[in-house]
Amino acid sequence: MNIRNEVTFASIRPKDGLTAALGKDRDVVVEEVLRSGLKGRGGAGFPTGVKWKLAAEAKAEEKYIICNADEGEPGTFKDRVILAEWADLVFEGMTIAGYAIGAKSGIIYLRGEYGYLRQALEDKLALRRTEGLLGDDVMGKKGFSFDIHIHMGCGAYVCGEESALIESLEGKRGESRNRPPFPVSEGLFGCPTVVNNVETLAWVAAIFALGPDWFKHVGTEKSSGYKLLSISGDVAHPGVYEFPMGTKISAILKAAGAERPKAAVVGGASGILVPAKDFKRAICFEDVSTGGSIIVLSEDRDFLDILENFQEFFADESCGQCTICRLGNVKLLEGIRLLKEGRCTTKHLQELCTLGSSMRAASKCGLGQASPNMFLSILQHFKGEVLGRPQADDHFVNKRKAS
Amino acid sequence: MSKEKQKTDAKMVDIVIDDKKISVPFGTMLLDAARQNGFEIPTLCYHEDLSRAGGCRMCIVEIEGQRALTASCAYPITAPINVQTTSRRVREARKTTLELLLSEHCGDCYSCVRNGNCELQTLAKEHGITQLPYGHPTEKSRVTETLSPSIVRDMDKCVDCGRCVRTCKELQGIGVFEAVERGFKKEITTFQDKPMAEVGCINCGQCVNRCPTAALTERDSIEEIWAAINDPNKHVVIQTAPAPRAAIGEEFGLDPGQAMTWQLNTALRKCGFDKVFDTNFTADLTIIEEGTELIQRLYKNLVQKDASAPLPQFTSCCPGWVKFIEHVHPEMLDHLSSAKSPQQMFGAIIKTWYAQLNDIDPENIVSVSLMPCTAKKFECNRPELRDSGLKDVDYVLTTRECAKMIRESGLHLPSLPPSDFDDPFGTATGSGVIFGNTGGVMEAALRSVLEFVTGLKVEDIFANANILPVRGMEGCRFAEIKVPDEVGPVPELIAHLVPNWDWLKGQTVRVGIAHGTKNARKILDDVAAGGFFSTCHFIEVMACPGGCIGGGGQPIPTSPAIRQARTDAIYKEDMAYGAKSVRKSHENPAVARIYKEFLTEGPCSHKSHELLHTSYWPRGKFIGSW
Amino acid sequence: MPNSTAEKVRPVQKDRPGSKVNSLQDEIDRLTERFGTERKALIPILQEIKKRHHIISGYAMQCVADRLSISPAEVYGVVSFYSFLHEEYQGRIVIRLCRTISCDMAGKDAIARQIQNDLGIKFGETTPDGKFSLEWANCVGMCDQGPAIIVNEQVFTHVTPEKVQEIITACVKMYERTPDLFKKGNHNEHKK
Repeated sequence: MNIRNEVTFASIRPKDGLTAALGKDRDVVVEEVLRSGLKGRGGAGFPTGVKWKLAAEAKAEEKYIICNADEGEPGTFKDRVILAEWADLVFEGMTIAGYAIGAKSGIIYLRGEYGYLRQALEDKLALRRTEGLLGDDVMGKKGFSFDIHIHMGCGAYVCGEESALIESLEGKRGESRNRPPFPVSEGLFGCPTVVNNVETLAWVAAIFALGPDWFKHVGTEKSSGYKLLSISGDVAHPGVYEFPMGTKISAILKAAGAERPKAAVVGGASGILVPAKDFKRAICFEDVSTGGSIIVLSEDRDFLDILENFQEFFADESCGQCTICRLGNVKLLEGIRLLKEGRCTTKHLQELCTLGSSMRAASKCGLGQASPNMFLSILQHFKGEVLGRPQADDHFVNKRKAS
Repeated sequence: MSKEKQKTDAKMVDIVIDDKKISVPFGTMLLDAARQNGFEIPTLCYHEDLSRAGGCRMCIVEIEGQRALTASCAYPITAPINVQTTSRRVREARKTTLELLLSEHCGDCYSCVRNGNCELQTLAKEHGITQLPYGHPTEKSRVTETLSPSIVRDMDKCVDCGRCVRTCKELQGIGVFEAVERGFKKEITTFQDKPMAEVGCINCGQCVNRCPTAALTERDSIEEIWAAINDPNKHVVIQTAPAPRAAIGEEFGLDPGQAMTWQLNTALRKCGFDKVFDTNFTADLTIIEEGTELIQRLYKNLVQKDASAPLPQFTSCCPGWVKFIEHVHPEMLDHLSSAKSPQQMFGAIIKTWYAQLNDIDPENIVSVSLMPCTAKKFECNRPELRDSGLKDVDYVLTTRECAKMIRESGLHLPSLPPSDFDDPFGTATGSGVIFGNTGGVMEAALRSVLEFVTGLKVEDIFANANILPVRGMEGCRFAEIKVPDEVGPVPELIAHLVPNWDWLKGQTVRVGIAHGTKNARKILDDVAAGGFFSTCHFIEVMACPGGCIGGGGQPIPTSPAIRQARTDAIYKEDMAYGAKSVRKSHENPAVARIYKEFLTEGPCSHKSHELLHTSYWPRGKFIGSW
Repeated sequence: MPNSTAEKVRPVQKDRPGSKVNSLQDEIDRLTERFGTERKALIPILQEIKKRHHIISGYAMQCVADRLSISPAEVYGVVSFYSFLHEEYQGRIVIRLCRTISCDMAGKDAIARQIQNDLGIKFGETTPDGKFSLEWANCVGMCDQGPAIIVNEQVFTHVTPEKVQEIITACVKMYERTPDLFKKGNHNEHKK
């Protein structure tokens, strides 16, 4: 499983968190999550407590907890490890969330690529039902019923975006919704819905097992607690690592055994490129925030290859409903290929930069808004490396001369 | 707004748009709020009749404190916000969006049917597009689909706004189109990219009305008609329906709601049509035939307890609706009146009676009809509608095509002198006119049926003969009309069908009305399930929202306000008949004449069944069921 | 022309989706019993059809649309959106090679070439015997162990060109060992 250092989850005893949480009032549970300072571990970093509070305050017959296990961000695999190793913590987190906001049902949206995890998860859920950890009167708590079901995704990266995920659960194309209304007020089937990342929910269980203050005291002022990182690329020891929030990238790379790093892609395809000179920057919401992916690039790597790969990814994975993301990613990809062929004019590069910033500003959802990040980031730091590449043939030059 | 006012009116929210303070009701969409207050925000995927998609990203604005730009069309105002509609980021993003759309949009504006009335073209102009940094395709990448008799689909011009998808799903309840694939492969198409003609499309053309570009257009018949006009051996006649007459002025820059009926007669003659007839004549004929059929059905069901022709009876004038029921509830086809639509009745009469009267070989008659409708193009090609031995109606022109012909002739319609329709069908009634909007067929039928039954003037029952309970714009409507306790003798015209009216004394006639096939589906499902509407006697359905005035062949754009204006024009024309002549179908002298001279056995007789009635095909919901 | 509609009614063709006489219809009926006829049942039903038949045919899409009271186009829109749903036939064994960054950096190109050579098909194709389909996958979450391949629901990591033939052989064995659940009539697993 490539778990490379000590991970807090391994030391949490099952049921501790759930027992502690169910012993408290609902509002106290929400209050403690707020106090812990826990923020969404999927990458966006929205305060979990705030999300819960809004959903708890929403008046509705039916509410839902969704565990977002559609971990699709390139370079991210820590949710897979959590689900394989510590799934019970995730279930506990969901149950606590259900208790806190008054939801009766929880859904795990498991990406299709992780189909092999499903049976083990189903078995664990069945066991929990027999142990009274799910179902009616959870752990003997009168009036609190909660159950969890698994919904399989079918291969669409955009369904990691919470509103697209909800659309997908409703049986539709995974196209993101307009917001407001946000899922906490009108989510799945129009009901208040909390969508939390796998890791976030596991931390919830840990927080109740060890106390909110324990969590608050780790990390930085605005980024509490630990973060699981998925490290891959040009490193000697790829795998999952746990670090306190605020750890410097250089320290992380050292631990993972980075080989002559030139830059690190933090946050996957949607993230940013941190060049070696900026390795003193820290992983936290104040500085470089990430859903957990760090891909190390050694000095031998060509940025345009990396970019082309990312842009192909986005061109394919965009849901296609909004113009600027659907077409913008294709044009960026074409531009990158022009750069690779050494045929891109400075003027066109400038146009592509405008395109990138427009995509960032005007796309409908996070996918589109983040999709030009790498392009803009690489141009910001390594513009010199991408311009003036040798041409495969003189076709372009000859054509220009002829005309 | 002052703090005090805010307290008294808790549901208002104060916002700032481009430094102007305004106060709007809680929940107002930002785009609506801006437009109501004079701010121009461009849109593309937005349409007044449809849900808000927020996908095209043209209507984006900058809301203070938000990192990304927001689609104003889909942003409900629930808190005070500060909005910039013209910032640099907004301007650049809109321009980029257009450049991207144009990089995929293949077609030359000057040879495009939507030249001058294309939203993409307008936006490009408004946003100062002078360069195309991402290129512009010069070669088509998709074959233009021309297999539908009504609608042409050119996906090279599609901007993926999804309006057609929402139109077909939300307004019509059919769902011919859908977004398929994802990412750069995403496109709007039909089930498995099949031709529209094969996927249960009813040809209503509502998608055409809402397409911002020329991706969806009507199947053009202009060239064929010019050829017929140019052929000296052909006798080219045209019938014009009331709905296009109420709307065609819009094509010449007039505000909606100004009927051009009489100027149009002049224009069509100048274009070279030999005769110009009024479809209202056969609308009146339809009322007689369909009304008689209703009386027959009522008599059979209520008196003879014979359910072979079941109630409620559905109207059958609308070819979109007819095809819809053939697809969706084929088991209910026997509810449909067997009367043909006015267009097809006219076609059959022209190539028989008219040809006889004027001693013209029907082979040499080219019968054209001006309709607000793309489905009529399908209807005239239905194989069973050849009762004259020839194709009853040869070509259908939509309002838009007709305007094109008039413009091609160098005419400016509104400036032309008025002139009358040609005989022998010249005289029409107001009842025929109101066929053009929802509730109209019902009202016309009731006017005649009530007079038949009571022997009274309908004016004595409803003021000015305006049967207001059946009017309106609600999607599904219901009304009850009480038959007075006093009934009259059976008029001679239908004396062969019922002995007396005693069985109708004091009865309540229950009628239903639906427009837009989504509403039609509700009623059909309800009738099928034995619900409320199954207790009706007569149900009128028009496939298009608003009825024919909102037809798929009408001028673009359309909106609730435009449709209302056209409806008002129709009712105005109906009232005008009151002053001049008659407003009830059975009072139409031309109708009386045809029953006297040609259909001598009366309505619903053998001969009228031969020429004026038809039958229907169960098509089913599945592919290949054209 | 006669006025009776009954005379003109075409006989209902027995094999068309409108009639209820074929096995796929019955099967979809059973799936709707299990998942319901609401819109949310659509994707689970389609996944199940894909799993059993390795294809979601146009016919199946229409049947599902009919049961769920939506238009076939909507079903098609969903099928075409998701990578794991297919309107074309896919082999019993679907090999998905991750093409995203970490696997790319770990040498997926060589693996891709070798699989194509060994299977004799290109990406997006199915072997003529219907055994294998070869697909690209976007990040499969095995970035620390790339290049990675997912075969149906089994993962192979640290794949090298030499290992490709081994994996294919293992797949064939798996194919031969596993009783074909999807032969017609064998749907008992879903009976309650």
